[in-house]
Amino acid sequence: MALFQGNNPIVKWVEYRLPIFSFIDAHLIDYPAPKNLNYWYNFGSIAGIMLVLQIVTGVVLAMHYTPHADLAFDSVEHIMRDVNYGWLLRYMHANGASFFFIAVYIHLFRGLYYGSYKSPRELLWWMGIIILLLMMASAFMGYVLPWGQMSFWGATVITNLFSALPWIGEPIVTWLWGGFAVDNPTLNRFYSLHYLLPFVIFGVVFLHLWALHHRKSNNPLGIDIKGPQDTIPFHPYYTVKDVLGLAVFGILFSLVLFFAPNALGEVDNYIKADPLVTPEHIVPEWYFLPFYAILRAIPHKLLGVIAMFGSILVLFILPWLDTSRVRSATFRPVYKLLFWVFVVDCIVLGYIGANPPQGAFLIWGRICTAIYFLFFIPVLPLVGWFERPKPLPTSIAEAVLAKSGGGMPEGAAAAPEGRG
Amino acid sequence: MAGHGDGATRRDFLYIALGGMGAVGGLAAAWPFVSQMNPSKDVLALSSIEVDISGIEVGQSIKASWRGKPVFIRHRTPEEVAEARAVPLDDLPDPQPDQERVKAGRDEWLIMVGVCTHFGCIPLGQQGEYGGWFCPCHGSHYDTSGRIRKGPAPRNLDVPHYEFLDDNTVKIG
Repeated sequence: MALFQGNNPIVKWVEYRLPIFSFIDAHLIDYPAPKNLNYWYNFGSIAGIMLVLQIVTGVVLAMHYTPHADLAFDSVEHIMRDVNYGWLLRYMHANGASFFFIAVYIHLFRGLYYGSYKSPRELLWWMGIIILLLMMASAFMGYVLPWGQMSFWGATVITNLFSALPWIGEPIVTWLWGGFAVDNPTLNRFYSLHYLLPFVIFGVVFLHLWALHHRKSNNPLGIDIKGPQDTIPFHPYYTVKDVLGLAVFGILFSLVLFFAPNALGEVDNYIKADPLVTPEHIVPEWYFLPFYAILRAIPHKLLGVIAMFGSILVLFILPWLDTSRVRSATFRPVYKLLFWVFVVDCIVLGYIGANPPQGAFLIWGRICTAIYFLFFIPVLPLVGWFERPKPLPTSIAEAVLAKSGGGMPEGAAAAPEGRG
Repeated sequence: MAGHGDGATRRDFLYIALGGMGAVGGLAAAWPFVSQMNPSKDVLALSSIEVDISGIEVGQSIKASWRGKPVFIRHRTPEEVAEARAVPLDDLPDPQPDQERVKAGRDEWLIMVGVCTHFGCIPLGQQGEYGGWFCPCHGSHYDTSGRIRKGPAPRNLDVPHYEFLDDNTVKIG
């Protein structure tokens, strides 16, 4: 019996005026979710919790940070050395960004594997890409705030991407900087926007969840929910599953946070920004490396920038590039293979992005960039036509029962369609 | 309602007029919010510097800071000038003779904005395959005239507006 249906007079009084209890019940308690969601489906809620953690730690860091070119670097050291638990809060925020990206990238590849971007979830997928783009902007601007060498030169290189545009490029860069180089006005506006964007992300997450709950979650089989027999209530089944996944994720986060808090960062960022000296080896944070590799693979400034932005923007048309009517890769032998090729390609691009663009790295960077784009055009549309998918189960309930044994001893029937 | 033959009504006209005025007013109201991000007057005020070059020996360079960017001032050796002038223009991605990049009569002084035209890093002096500058970020090579020779940068290093006030002083900007 749901809370709002009880006889508590206060609950009834509130519910009559603002139906918040029935809303919580409909979306977090009795919300019908597919029976067969696996642990890959944990990363959406994990990403949401990482967003909250970033906002909470960020708000308190802002109480001690000074956004000025002469004072920012020292104020970050002040946080690290003098502020009570300042080291913890800053390391949580810096490593939290990395783990937010880990969660979101796994979430994204899960959607790619199970075809979660397909009708009727195209707008849900779009909201996700917009969240990713906003996250990238937030992370980039946040990285500038400590005003170390990597902050400064990262900001210089990334803002200069816009100078590749013909005619309007240079005025746009000057406009972004508020001067003729990255300087105090740039730092100030990045601070302002870095504080704003997480709340914008929060708003888009709301739309993302609205679309999700309107058409319900996809599932590992990629077939539609046909009735109540295909679902279980969100609470307690998925609340508990999400909490367990979060605990494991939290342990991994804590290992990095407490034992290797600088492993994901660059030592050069502990040197104060110097506008007259560029570090020998500039690399972005790990979560930008595949895109950086694509940028550098192309020996033309404007085309490199177009390819880099295009590598993310192509995701917007993915629902129409994939012509297969079957959602889940479980039933798509060719797509399943291509998916793993794509995953490996992205990881290799990340490795290449961390290395100087010379010799074999340059050649492999170009090969992997070509594979990245060929995956979307023309391979995906063609595979949808030529591939012969495996037969789909008639319902989620039937597949779940068959997998759990259907009367046989537990574990006796390893479902052949399970993920390998 | 009182139609006008083509089906347009007085109300249609009012909607379009309201929408049009709203759009114009909205854009006008948005402009200050866009414009505020451009360089402020104090930033624009710092637009020129004077540099004493009397202490720079042949083969030496200095970096001056102008508008937050480094300006390379190099007292070139005769060999460097000769090397820069011996290159056929057809070999250059951004063809420009060395004479256009320096002031006539002061050919040994090469003054340029020390910012790579690729993504804005500071090139390292007297390095790279052409004895000029080398950008460590993405591997652009510049020659002894600061012209791009190899790598992803699209243009030669920019030459700022400058003038020699006397033999020892140059005004940049």
